[in-house]
Amino acid sequence: MKMLPTLTAACLLLASGVALAADPNLGRNLAATCANCHGTNGQALKGSGMDALAGQEKAKILQKLADFKSGDKPASIMHQISKGYTDAQLDLIATYFAAQK
Amino acid sequence: MMLMKRRDFLKVGAAAGAMASLYGCAGGAKSSGHVVVVGGGYGGATVAKYLRMWSEGGVQVTLIERNPTFISCPISNLVIGGTKTMEDITVSYDGLKNKWGVRVIQDDVVAVDAAKKTVSLKAGGSMTYDRLVLSPGVDFLWDQVPGLNNAEAQGKILHAWKAGAQTVALRKQLENMKDGGTYAISIPKAPYRCPPGPYERACLVADYFKQHKPKSKVIILDANEDVVSKKPLFTKAWADLYKGIIEYRNNSELKDVEVGTNTAVLEFDKFKADVLNVIPPHRAGDIAAKSGLKLINNRWVDINWLSMESTSTPGVHVLGDAIFPAPTMPKSGHMANQHGKLAAAAILNLLAGQEPNPEPVVMNTCYSFVDAKNVIHVASVHQYDAATKVVQPVKGAGGVSAARNELEGKVALGWAKNIWADMLA
Repeated sequence: MKMLPTLTAACLLLASGVALAADPNLGRNLAATCANCHGTNGQALKGSGMDALAGQEKAKILQKLADFKSGDKPASIMHQISKGYTDAQLDLIATYFAAQK
Repeated sequence: MMLMKRRDFLKVGAAAGAMASLYGCAGGAKSSGHVVVVGGGYGGATVAKYLRMWSEGGVQVTLIERNPTFISCPISNLVIGGTKTMEDITVSYDGLKNKWGVRVIQDDVVAVDAAKKTVSLKAGGSMTYDRLVLSPGVDFLWDQVPGLNNAEAQGKILHAWKAGAQTVALRKQLENMKDGGTYAISIPKAPYRCPPGPYERACLVADYFKQHKPKSKVIILDANEDVVSKKPLFTKAWADLYKGIIEYRNNSELKDVEVGTNTAVLEFDKFKADVLNVIPPHRAGDIAAKSGLKLINNRWVDINWLSMESTSTPGVHVLGDAIFPAPTMPKSGHMANQHGKLAAAAILNLLAGQEPNPEPVVMNTCYSFVDAKNVIHVASVHQYDAATKVVQPVKGAGGVSAARNELEGKVALGWAKNIWADMLA
């Protein structure tokens, strides 16, 4: 039942005029770029050593990403990857993962 | 996630429909149709799963793959180095079949008729599609290494640049080599599949020699002017870990081989090895290169970055190593997986009569082992740029490891487990 929250977020974005031409599935598509390491829909395999992002609180995900971006949180690779996404994109990604069960 | 039951899907569909009318949002449109995917590697397996998952089972997907199981190129250099087995890099297609409802057919596609929207199968017969995805990887330009242009020679001088029987055979050659022997690896001019892969292989063969055949040598014959990927990290590993074992020779393009003596023929000299490993120059896999799609440099398929669709042939999408890459984009399994998701999202929109997502993003992570435990990475993020119509690397993002480290050795194996599950489970 993941379609509903995603759609709601995307539609609210549209309604508020943040991303006028955005694809309604933008959050889903962006979050899928994380899945190679963090698992499909954020469900990383247990014991793989990767953070499972599914169902994590949105604010916590965003804080972690901000800390990676600023360099406050030490990382092997996420400081380099997080800088490739805009804050609006990271917000969509965190919204999507927070809505996963 | 399991596929949603139809009854549940209808409920959500109704709610989404109400939401869509409330906000004027077009997200409720449903995709249907039949997508044929050719090639079940990093690109093809991913697009097959994501089409089924994101359409909630609404789109029928047939995956045609010539091998009975998926065998990963990433991590296969550890099999050649002797610290992993073929079993460790082999994954079944059962997850795609049973969990996601992908029809998996073990066969080869021999022809594409884009006008009639059909593909012809080697075993006979043809199949129709609404959208076709070609993810065929690469095929080798044997005519550029004349001595290797026959099956017998190809069984003696190996590439092991497609994981499988060649991986096992190269490992066997190394095991059979006497201590004090020489292993030489020939690298073609870029672009080629997996830019850091040959240097990783040189490290892992050298690591094996260091422990089991310490008088042996590794010679890298690189057609390129310099190390193509992660240069400072690889050269530091060679100096720190493999001094006196690895020798690097740039501008050493292979012109031919003498099969009987394992000799690499270069422009001005020859090099005789005990084990000669030749990665020949390559291009898009046959079915993509020979189906009339527009190629760049006569080698790589030209695609539209909003949809991965061929610029010349509507309805045919191409993924992975077979495409002409965007600036600084490597030919990697990780990137092929990202292409698969970009294509899946675009195809679902197109099947529902909508435009593809106008702002796609793809990213790459590539781990290389410099010994059995220590790893170095390179990463990049690529955002669509409407002015150039290409995904462009984001400046200031991405980069390489500060130094080789064991933590990333563990992360690299975790990466493999998760990406294989992301494609196939």
